[in-house]
Amino acid sequence: MSLISNSQDNPQESSNVKYTLQRILLYTVLVVGAIVTLFPFFYMLIIATRTRADIFTFPPPIWFGDSFIDNLNILLNKMPFFRNIFNSIVIAVSTTFMTMFFCALGGYGFAKYDFKWKSQLFFLMLGTMMIPALLRIIPWFIMMRQFGWINTFWPLIIPGIANPFGIFLMKQFMDDIPNSIIDAARIDGCSEFQIFYKMALPLSLPGLGTLGILTFLASWNRYMQPLLILQEKSMYTIPVALSKLQGKIDQNWGAQMVGTTLAIAPIIIAFVLASKQFISGITEGATKG
Amino acid sequence: MRLSKEKAPYLFISPFFILFAIFGAFPILFSFFLSFNQWDGLSAMQFVGFENYLLVLTDPWFWKSIKNTLVIFVLTTIPQHLIALSLAFILNSAKVKFKEFFRSAYFLPYITSSVAVSLIFMTLFGEHYGIINAVLKYVSNFPGVEMLFNLINAELPIRWLNSAKWLKPAIAILITWKFTGWNMIIYYAGIQKIPESLYEAAEVDGASLFDKFFRITLPLLKPIIFFGVTMSIIGNLRIFAEPMILTGGSGGPGQSGLTTAMYLYKTGFEWTQFGVGSSMAYILCALIVTLSLLNNKFFNKEI
Repeated sequence: MSLISNSQDNPQESSNVKYTLQRILLYTVLVVGAIVTLFPFFYMLIIATRTRADIFTFPPPIWFGDSFIDNLNILLNKMPFFRNIFNSIVIAVSTTFMTMFFCALGGYGFAKYDFKWKSQLFFLMLGTMMIPALLRIIPWFIMMRQFGWINTFWPLIIPGIANPFGIFLMKQFMDDIPNSIIDAARIDGCSEFQIFYKMALPLSLPGLGTLGILTFLASWNRYMQPLLILQEKSMYTIPVALSKLQGKIDQNWGAQMVGTTLAIAPIIIAFVLASKQFISGITEGATKG
Repeated sequence: MRLSKEKAPYLFISPFFILFAIFGAFPILFSFFLSFNQWDGLSAMQFVGFENYLLVLTDPWFWKSIKNTLVIFVLTTIPQHLIALSLAFILNSAKVKFKEFFRSAYFLPYITSSVAVSLIFMTLFGEHYGIINAVLKYVSNFPGVEMLFNLINAELPIRWLNSAKWLKPAIAILITWKFTGWNMIIYYAGIQKIPESLYEAAEVDGASLFDKFFRITLPLLKPIIFFGVTMSIIGNLRIFAEPMILTGGSGGPGQSGLTTAMYLYKTGFEWTQFGVGSSMAYILCALIVTLSLLNNKFFNKEI
């Protein structure tokens, strides 16, 4: 500090004023950004608690009403929404656990073994990530129809459980496991699978956490594939149910926003409880992947 | 039977290759085959050669959807990365506290469902009863602001979702809102890797905040900016849920909100033109590769 003030012509006071002004400017930008970011969620809650008449007035309401339960009942009349939430949970949870297991297994295979064609197979796998997903959506749908998988959860769970991104991510974490403990386990008579299951898996928990969060989010928010596959109200996931409500509840935005609130509340609660893990997980996912 | 050390890795990596063969490689080859045939999924397939490709390349709606996608891409990518970079730079400054709160707040839109946030924005964008128009109407009472509105030819209330002129900006606003936080997190992670000593040395030399941003932060972030923009290119060509919900599946007035992903979906699944849809997918794929290469070239030369 003394170095800086000595090297400048201005006395200490004016540099203090400048410092304070800069701080005010920086905070203003940050706070305006936060308001713009959070306002839509706040407004969703306002609409969810308002009657239709309240919503269609000018100027629009800017504080909460008391019609949340009424709106919820309108919503449940049109859509088995709790069933839809249950469906989303079943799909997202089973996808997440299977993806964690199979990607860890593949990552372990690439990280801790030497075998013929290893690097070729690895680069082949990474290469498949560059193929745009839209390229296969039409034949994929035709195949699912052939399999008799329309209106089932299988097409939304199975195809992605051993994906290149997850395997690559897990390999990065498994690379750090020392070879000596694996060799020691082998000498003790553990089978190859036991070594993976009892040693490698617990040692790569942070990686599994990252992959789990990313997989759960992607599955929970997915829209195009479930929209194609799920064709009955009782099978819809939340995003499909929400989009199918459009137009059905006769511009009843209150009921629509109750559904939207229920759809994003679990994610927001989980995020508030563990925002550090979410953010570091997604940063790692983007920078390591 | 005991799994040998030699065979184990092949078994461990096999799930990916089996699943990719079934759900990846086969559909891609099948799609290539389909793109030379006419098929509605029910009646017999008919070989048509390059007709599907010609049909797509001469289809005005296809080009319109490309144009829409590119316009939305420009409208959203520039503000997204500018805002994200500035916010990340500010957050990294030693002068601000509550970093965790701001970081989490900005990130929230990214993790919420596209369908859900599109529905929220539909209420915000409402023509007569939406809060955005209400706020605009309020601020238009100030003389300077009114002039600004006249300058960009905005007539209140703005018909965000029901006019060809405003639909693309509306979609761009939603996408900017949703993805700026993600870009900011990526930039923030990159900025934190820049050694503090560089900034301290600059401060000793009397560098201002702007000097530090343009002379230190920006040049050192080049690879991350490249990564972010590449992700935006790929992501934008996939944009589906947002225009689908905001236009109620119609594409908006005069197809002004029809994106390529949405058009592909409509061709394939609403009009069950599996052959035409497949050729469109291949053309799009070529476009994505071209844009990524251009981006690569631009970043290697210009900055």
